[in-house]
Amino acid sequence: MDVVLDNASAVALAFGYTLSLFVVAGVLSGIFGTLLAAMRVGPVAVLSRAAAIYVTLVRNTPLLIVIIFFRFAGPKIGLTWSFVDISIGDLNLNNLYAACVVGLTVYTTAFVCEALRSGVNAVDLGQAEAARAIGLPFSGVMREVVLPQAMRASVPPLASVQIAMLKNTTVCGVLGVLEAFARMKGLTNDYASSRTEIFVAFALIFVVLVEVLSFASARLERRWRVA
Amino acid sequence: MRHTRIKAAIAVLGLSLSLAACGDAGSDDEGRDVEAEEVEEGKFEEGTKMAELAEAGKITIGVKYDQPGLGFKDASSDVPTGFDVEVAKLLVADLGIDPASDSVTWEETISDNREPYLEEGRVDLVLASYSITDERRKVVGQTGPYFVTGQQVLVKADSDIAGIEDLKGKTVCSVTGSTSLENVEAAGAKGAPADTYSQCAEDVLNGTVEAMSTDGSILLGLAAQNEGELKVVGDEFSEERIGVGYSLETPEMCDWINGVLEESFEDGSWAEAFELTLGGSGAETPEPPALDPCPAA
Repeated sequence: MDVVLDNASAVALAFGYTLSLFVVAGVLSGIFGTLLAAMRVGPVAVLSRAAAIYVTLVRNTPLLIVIIFFRFAGPKIGLTWSFVDISIGDLNLNNLYAACVVGLTVYTTAFVCEALRSGVNAVDLGQAEAARAIGLPFSGVMREVVLPQAMRASVPPLASVQIAMLKNTTVCGVLGVLEAFARMKGLTNDYASSRTEIFVAFALIFVVLVEVLSFASARLERRWRVA
Repeated sequence: MRHTRIKAAIAVLGLSLSLAACGDAGSDDEGRDVEAEEVEEGKFEEGTKMAELAEAGKITIGVKYDQPGLGFKDASSDVPTGFDVEVAKLLVADLGIDPASDSVTWEETISDNREPYLEEGRVDLVLASYSITDERRKVVGQTGPYFVTGQQVLVKADSDIAGIEDLKGKTVCSVTGSTSLENVEAAGAKGAPADTYSQCAEDVLNGTVEAMSTDGSILLGLAAQNEGELKVVGDEFSEERIGVGYSLETPEMCDWINGVLEESFEDGSWAEAFELTLGGSGAETPEPPALDPCPAA
């Protein structure tokens, strides 16, 4: 454990990157996933078909390949993301970070969409019909009636999707972001005699992070439960 | 006895030099031909690991598969090539095992599994660009160095960056879990981890990162692969002492390894191995490094 404590600031910064990847990609995938789900359940056939194709395409592609696409194929056609260069404290969000965030977002969006769609399907059809009957347009039906109920039903699957995303950020460790996994490999390489401790420490931190997420989702579930 | 061996070594050296002079420089893929030495009775003390290996006629050596010039194996070849492999061949030959035969197993070791493999006895020796560090010496035996290298910077051919000093605050690529990445950070640059060195080179080529950094020998190999597009710049800003790893359970191997290395320094086979592998990327053959003394057993 001493090794991890001795390098506490480096480890903290690494988890800072992990968490920032998670938060940024989490928020973005939440927004795009909701839009995509609305497209998918909406009445416009073209949009619904397009959303279905997106989900099929992205959900069936390994995450690593999705990110590599933005990391290496992008620059080949001149998309180096070099317009992104933000520093927040010690965190440096550069072009590599941007490519990783885009990859994570594109990937997770498909799963968020499907989690929400399961929630939408759980809402009784009568609800949407009643909303339409009182004259709400599609956006109103979704925003006022269906999505609030759908969100509630999709908290557990959404939490699963985002927990998986938190762990998926480790893929960025070999693609240019010095996050927790990359830092762990650096430490195990430097301190050959305390590999097990380093490994256990990093695994424990991940367990704690995921536990916090699970706790938050359990609270949300309880709070939004219909009496 | 000793005299005849040195004479023989000189004769072999002279012969190989004259052969090298009239032959072509040799393709990069082919290593040296090292012939197994005769192991006479009593060369290795009874009960030592060397005696055991010579008796069994089999040895497993951990090498890298992904470092051109040091330890590299492409999909089409059966055995890896590179300077690490050449040095390993000398050790193998000294045990009376034919380095080109199937009796030698070249096991791939990546940075993370070198110590575990030695501890488990899965490999007998590790020659995998294995930097000697005090931390590693706690868990495995390391001796040498048979090669000393340092970290440099690889940039695009048209870049004005002249060394690591110009890269403060900039992004520099290197491989995860390597000392190179830590040295880059220590020098004030921002580290970007990658899986392989060729991945870093790709990033430098397409402008995603400004530079990459690791041992000069590896960079020279990459620069040679992308001639005219990439260049190696700056002085070496770290010192990596590449050594041989063995298990702490067999400390007697240290003296033997040092003996073989010393002999190869003297008879020129070390220099020749260097020229055939790393020398191909334009580096001058350096003086053989001074070996560390073995810890008292």
